[in-house]
Amino acid sequence: MNTLSTATTTTPAASPAERTRLVQEFAYRMRHHILDMGEVQGQGYVGQALGASEMFAVVYADQLNFRAEDPDWTSRDRFLLSTGHYAIGHYAALAEAGIVPVAELETYGSDDSRLPMSGMATYTPGMEISGGSLGHGLGVAVGTALGLRHQGSGSRVINFMSDGELDEGSTWEAAMGAHHHGLDNLTVLVDINALQADGKTDTVLRTEPVADKWAASGWFTQRVDGNDAAALVTAFDHAADPGQRQGRPVVILCDTRIGRGVPMLETREKAHFMRIEEHEWQLCREELTAGSEGQNR
Amino acid sequence: MTTTPTTKRLKTSAMIASIAEEGQKTTPAPFGHALARAAEQNPAIVGLTADLGKYTDMHVFAQAHPDRFFQMGMAEQLLLGAAAGMAQTGLVPFASTYSVFAARRAYDFLCLDIAEPNLNVNVVGGLPGLTTGYGPSHQATEDMAIFRGMPNLTIVDPCDSVDIEQAVPQLADSEGPTYLRLLRGKVPTVLDEYDYTFELGKAKVLRGGADVVMVSSGLMTMRALAAAQELAKHHVDVAVVHAPTIKPFDAETVLREIDGDRLVLTLENHSVVGGLFETVASAVVRAGLGQRIVPVALPDEFLDAGALPTLHDRYGLSIKAVVAKVLAEL
Repeated sequence: MNTLSTATTTTPAASPAERTRLVQEFAYRMRHHILDMGEVQGQGYVGQALGASEMFAVVYADQLNFRAEDPDWTSRDRFLLSTGHYAIGHYAALAEAGIVPVAELETYGSDDSRLPMSGMATYTPGMEISGGSLGHGLGVAVGTALGLRHQGSGSRVINFMSDGELDEGSTWEAAMGAHHHGLDNLTVLVDINALQADGKTDTVLRTEPVADKWAASGWFTQRVDGNDAAALVTAFDHAADPGQRQGRPVVILCDTRIGRGVPMLETREKAHFMRIEEHEWQLCREELTAGSEGQNR
Repeated sequence: MTTTPTTKRLKTSAMIASIAEEGQKTTPAPFGHALARAAEQNPAIVGLTADLGKYTDMHVFAQAHPDRFFQMGMAEQLLLGAAAGMAQTGLVPFASTYSVFAARRAYDFLCLDIAEPNLNVNVVGGLPGLTTGYGPSHQATEDMAIFRGMPNLTIVDPCDSVDIEQAVPQLADSEGPTYLRLLRGKVPTVLDEYDYTFELGKAKVLRGGADVVMVSSGLMTMRALAAAQELAKHHVDVAVVHAPTIKPFDAETVLREIDGDRLVLTLENHSVVGGLFETVASAVVRAGLGQRIVPVALPDEFLDAGALPTLHDRYGLSIKAVVAKVLAEL
């Protein structure tokens, strides 16, 4: 086992506070990687990735069972990124998890890189599916969970999706399918940053009340502050409790803030594809570092 | 209505009309039985359907292997997405629905979840081409045209029960995704009378003939063979080349047969756009043959509802229509 794959099964003694600290530190280092990769391209889905850093971090630092040196290990848990454009965040997590070398991150989005702008399974170790055409991840996750269970595997499946994907009918086909087949080895994280390509979610296509919809679809549903590492750890602990879970698939709805950790980006006019000027990247890094020191991390 | 029709009108009847001629030998549910048999040899095979198990003969597999059958509901996007996920865990899924839904409704899921990662998922499409009288909602007249542009996807258009029974284990064994144009129910059994075995990716000469060469796929191979017998009465000698694998296409065999002075026809249960005719035509042009080819195919239009024999006559797929076309061309 890789030392970073701190699944609860391997570190049962760690306290929630200690696990939370590890998730926070993982997310902080991820954010530096995200800014570094963003600077390579000069633009990109930096805001979303910064906002979702704790979500990736709780998966890779606290939940996922994997082997960094053997990404295709048969007994691994599967993490399926259906929002392909969040790849910049996923690469940062894969680097922190030891699956992709940190030095390789500077190739992000460049010709012949293993780290394309939109995540693809055929390019990157640790990337299970090719996301990007939205509303695909959950259906594939349902089949993966069915297939693993059918073959007697205890591996879990975690699907990361964005709230924009709640617009897609295929997401709800899959939500019904997971419930119908009683897939309690499946967990979905929904990043609710309330922003889509054409604007705020409530002006593009109203998806609320999101929690009611998942609950009505038969899922064990929790809604948390997705930038609160302690809340995420607690949500996964609740989901791991058979009494609460009751054999259902699990969804953790995560309200996040775009650009989180870098105040100048948090307060900037929100854009799906954020543009950051050349001279601003270093300022972003300084704000990120200062914020971290302020929180005494 | 002021007058009474003098002839009785044929009825549209059930969704899936029989394609068997009167008195023709048939085999019940060849796909379902073949899949159940293949699954006994290959423990990785699983079956999925989108609320069309009974109508794609998947129910035969489900009864034989209930623990390996997964009902996905009337949700074709989930059907193919989930099949991809199952394949990623090492299983070999066969996923059935109607061809119209596989091709039109769930294209993106077959393309990106299955074909791009080249997973061994086998999509089984019922009602290919014009095999129902229910109109354009169910007539997959352009399914091959839609699918031919998809990289990695193997497309099989079987003629009869022999083709289907022999194709199923080969589809399971082949790497990458496949699409099978399913004939279901009591499926005619024709090719057992010829020196023939189905080989994935191969075209086969079923009979030789000095005057005409018919290159056909799917149920139109049956019609080509029957038309050849009729044309013999007119002293026209017809060769039939069966090309059940549309992609990858066995251009070598087909070009060898059509390179000459004989009249060449292609026959397909599909739109004249994007199917067998254009597959053969592009092979001919690439080889610089300059051969004229007469297509027997469905027109580039939305087709009528009605009784299948009526429609096959109307659109030129009946034996009678094929014979008439050849005689007019000679």
